[in-house]
Amino acid sequence: MRAARPKAAIAVVAVAALAVAGCAESDRDNEGSGQSTKDTLVFGTAGDPKVLDPSLASDGESLRVARQIFETLVRPEEGGTAVTPGLAESWTPDSTGTVWTFKLRSGVKFHDGTDFNAEAVCVNFNRWYNATGLMQSADVTAYWQDVMGGFAKNEDPELPPSLFKSCTVKDATTVDLAFTAVSSKIPAALMLPSFSIHSPKALQEFDASNISGSADDIKYPSYALEHPTGTGQFKFKSWNVADKTLTIERNEDYWGTKAKLKTLVFRTISDENARKQALRSGDIQGYDLVGPADVEPLKGEGFNVLTRPAFNILYLAINQKGNPKLADLRVRQAIAYALNRQALVDSKLPPGAEVATQFLPSTVEGWNDQVTKYDYNLQKAKDLLAEAGASNLTLRFHYPTEVTRPYMPSPKDLFELMAADLKAAGINIEAIPLKWTPDYLNATTSGSAHDLHLLGWTGDYGDGYNFIGTFFSRQKDEWGFNNAALFEKFAKADGTADATARYALYKELNADIMNFLPGVPISHSPPALVLGKDVTGVKASPLTDERYGTAEFKS
Amino acid sequence: MFRFIIRRLLQLVPTLFGLSILLFIWLHRLPGGPETALLGERGTPETRAQIRENLGLNEPLPIQYGRFVKRLVQLDLGTSISTKREVTTEFLQRFPGTVELTMTAMLIAIGVGIPLGYLAARRRGSFLDHASVGGSLLGTCVPIFFLAYVLKAIFAENLGWFPTIGRQDASIDATHITNFFVLDGLLTREWDAAADAIWHLILPGVALASIPLAIIVRITRASVLEVLGEDFVRTAEAKGLTERTVRRRHVLRNAMLPVATSIGLLTGLLLSGAVLTETVFAFSGIGAFIKDAISNLDYPVLMGFIMIIAVIFALVNLLVDISYSLIDPRVRVR
Repeated sequence: MRAARPKAAIAVVAVAALAVAGCAESDRDNEGSGQSTKDTLVFGTAGDPKVLDPSLASDGESLRVARQIFETLVRPEEGGTAVTPGLAESWTPDSTGTVWTFKLRSGVKFHDGTDFNAEAVCVNFNRWYNATGLMQSADVTAYWQDVMGGFAKNEDPELPPSLFKSCTVKDATTVDLAFTAVSSKIPAALMLPSFSIHSPKALQEFDASNISGSADDIKYPSYALEHPTGTGQFKFKSWNVADKTLTIERNEDYWGTKAKLKTLVFRTISDENARKQALRSGDIQGYDLVGPADVEPLKGEGFNVLTRPAFNILYLAINQKGNPKLADLRVRQAIAYALNRQALVDSKLPPGAEVATQFLPSTVEGWNDQVTKYDYNLQKAKDLLAEAGASNLTLRFHYPTEVTRPYMPSPKDLFELMAADLKAAGINIEAIPLKWTPDYLNATTSGSAHDLHLLGWTGDYGDGYNFIGTFFSRQKDEWGFNNAALFEKFAKADGTADATARYALYKELNADIMNFLPGVPISHSPPALVLGKDVTGVKASPLTDERYGTAEFKS
Repeated sequence: MFRFIIRRLLQLVPTLFGLSILLFIWLHRLPGGPETALLGERGTPETRAQIRENLGLNEPLPIQYGRFVKRLVQLDLGTSISTKREVTTEFLQRFPGTVELTMTAMLIAIGVGIPLGYLAARRRGSFLDHASVGGSLLGTCVPIFFLAYVLKAIFAENLGWFPTIGRQDASIDATHITNFFVLDGLLTREWDAAADAIWHLILPGVALASIPLAIIVRITRASVLEVLGEDFVRTAEAKGLTERTVRRRHVLRNAMLPVATSIGLLTGLLLSGAVLTETVFAFSGIGAFIKDAISNLDYPVLMGFIMIIAVIFALVNLLVDISYSLIDPRVRVR
């Protein structure tokens, strides 16, 4: 009798908990997690989007959302990188290659009911070009600055002049975009979500260009956080930061084929295992960044694992200003021959990964199958080192920790294999593991206190310059060389308007690079995303440009 | 009592001032800066330098600190470098999740821990006693994230009884007023939303409760055993008071003082444990956000969040001090 009350209390708590559980579970059964209605897809993402105005975004999660809500003048072909019609039906350059005429689609409306037309295009380009104050900050308009350089009036003298010059309305469905020079980036870069066309009315109504605060305290306007207004298959509905969900819904007035899903929810689940568990339990119906080790098991369980065509590169960078011996081509060649890249790809990278013969994926125009190749040859590596008088070489090898990148799933594993290969050739390795940000990126891309390091790149758009031009078109601390002839050839290629001629120059450049061997291209890895067993209609894109308007549940 | 509270609140000001200086120096002494995380592999030394300059990170530390204090006195904690949203807004959107989770864990820990500790003490040497002492030892040993994964694998993934992630089902179109989802559901009478929010709290709540539960069981047991041996308990029993009166007025009340102290201290522990639990259950709270802010060196978020948490921690401990006088009338706060 003595302990009757505590016992009773525990019993009451337990019964109450079970009762609530029962109620809640019955609710879940009735309303489900998007499963019962079959027109709501919940997709797990690794991070929160940062901003809903893609002009101000450079992170993948913001761009993923933007791709559903907005459209660009040109867009990548489904599942590929070629430039295809978007809001523009066709485009042609003039004889100088600096003025491009875009013929626009008619009958397109923004989500706020206003018309899309040539004037709207110019409002958008002028908004970016005439940006002032904090909108010129490198972290606010990263992609504009990446592609176009500067602005109408550069407030920072360090900024380069703008590539974009002007936008002229010819008629309601024809617009001319003029540039200050011929560039390899046009028109391919215009398919970046950062060049999405917004509703001029919404831009004005929600003060989209008013980035307020001070440089160390930047505040985005309400447009960028609550009112993104485009022409895409989905309309923005809500962003619940308190529960890490962003909801968009079908645009019933879409000009083309309407989305099959009524609602699409992006839910942030930063932990990879948690994403997998949520998929298996049915709480979500898809997620991105599937771990390489999970690809086969998930396929085996019947999930739709979609492998994106590889559009990235992992490379071993060699800094010629690091150890002086690295300025000797024979030493760099020895490093290339010493690496058993095939074994590395087979054991440490996801299915479908391949050894890179150059710094450009084979799917991009300009890839050259005639480049000098450096197949694994340990003896040759040893001979070259001896010839160069570098038999007892010690190199600092940086690799990042606390990070996985689509091109580099497990940096430490990759480092260990490569270090073992190099040691076998007689090169002593001093391992330098550093935290990805800020230490690693700072250490490997500035200064000269690094010899070898792992880094890579995922392409933004389907032009070769976006890869090889990014790495080798100018002097960079990452590589520590100054090759005037190479830089000149890059400038020539960038300024060649004729695509065929430019691609020929890229081929030459790829051959030149692999002869000069500033680093060793390692691999191209296809990143994977997964969808529920009953979800179909999504095509994986090398540019992560998946559009979920075509997704549907199999009945 | 009133003067006591005012005095304690005033004492908080120099403490927070000192904390802010130490924190500011410590954060800015960490190598690197937010510009690298902001730009990733797309950054060049030039663009990183531009952002450092814009953020005023090249200025002397005292000047940067002065700017922080100037904003702080206007109750402005600045904006996040990475999300460009006000730190206060970020906090108000995320903190309710952590509070709901922490309170659930605390309710479980107190609701189960005190009765269990009491019973173990009253039946010292029994199976129940050994089981609770052994169980609590296990509770303190098992890492929270491991327990969270195990609970999730069994009860969510395999049995499907509980959701694996989040604070609320994505298909529920709930109205949010305070961002306390359970409270919002009750306020708006959206019962299904409230029940669903509770449902999402149970597994992470149990995982997070494991350590405080174990500690509360042990402290309660030890404390009750000590009080049971006191003369006044024997006297009370000898003078013929009922079992219930002795237990309530004399034993439990006296045994609760150390338990109350530990509950105050455990709140801090729970906030740190919440980081792991929130990550495993993709539960939106401040834990996961702070974790990201640390890796991105988002100074305003780190300064703001840690300062607010320090204030909350101090207030919880003040409440604990006040509760002493309610539990034990002999204790007078001065």
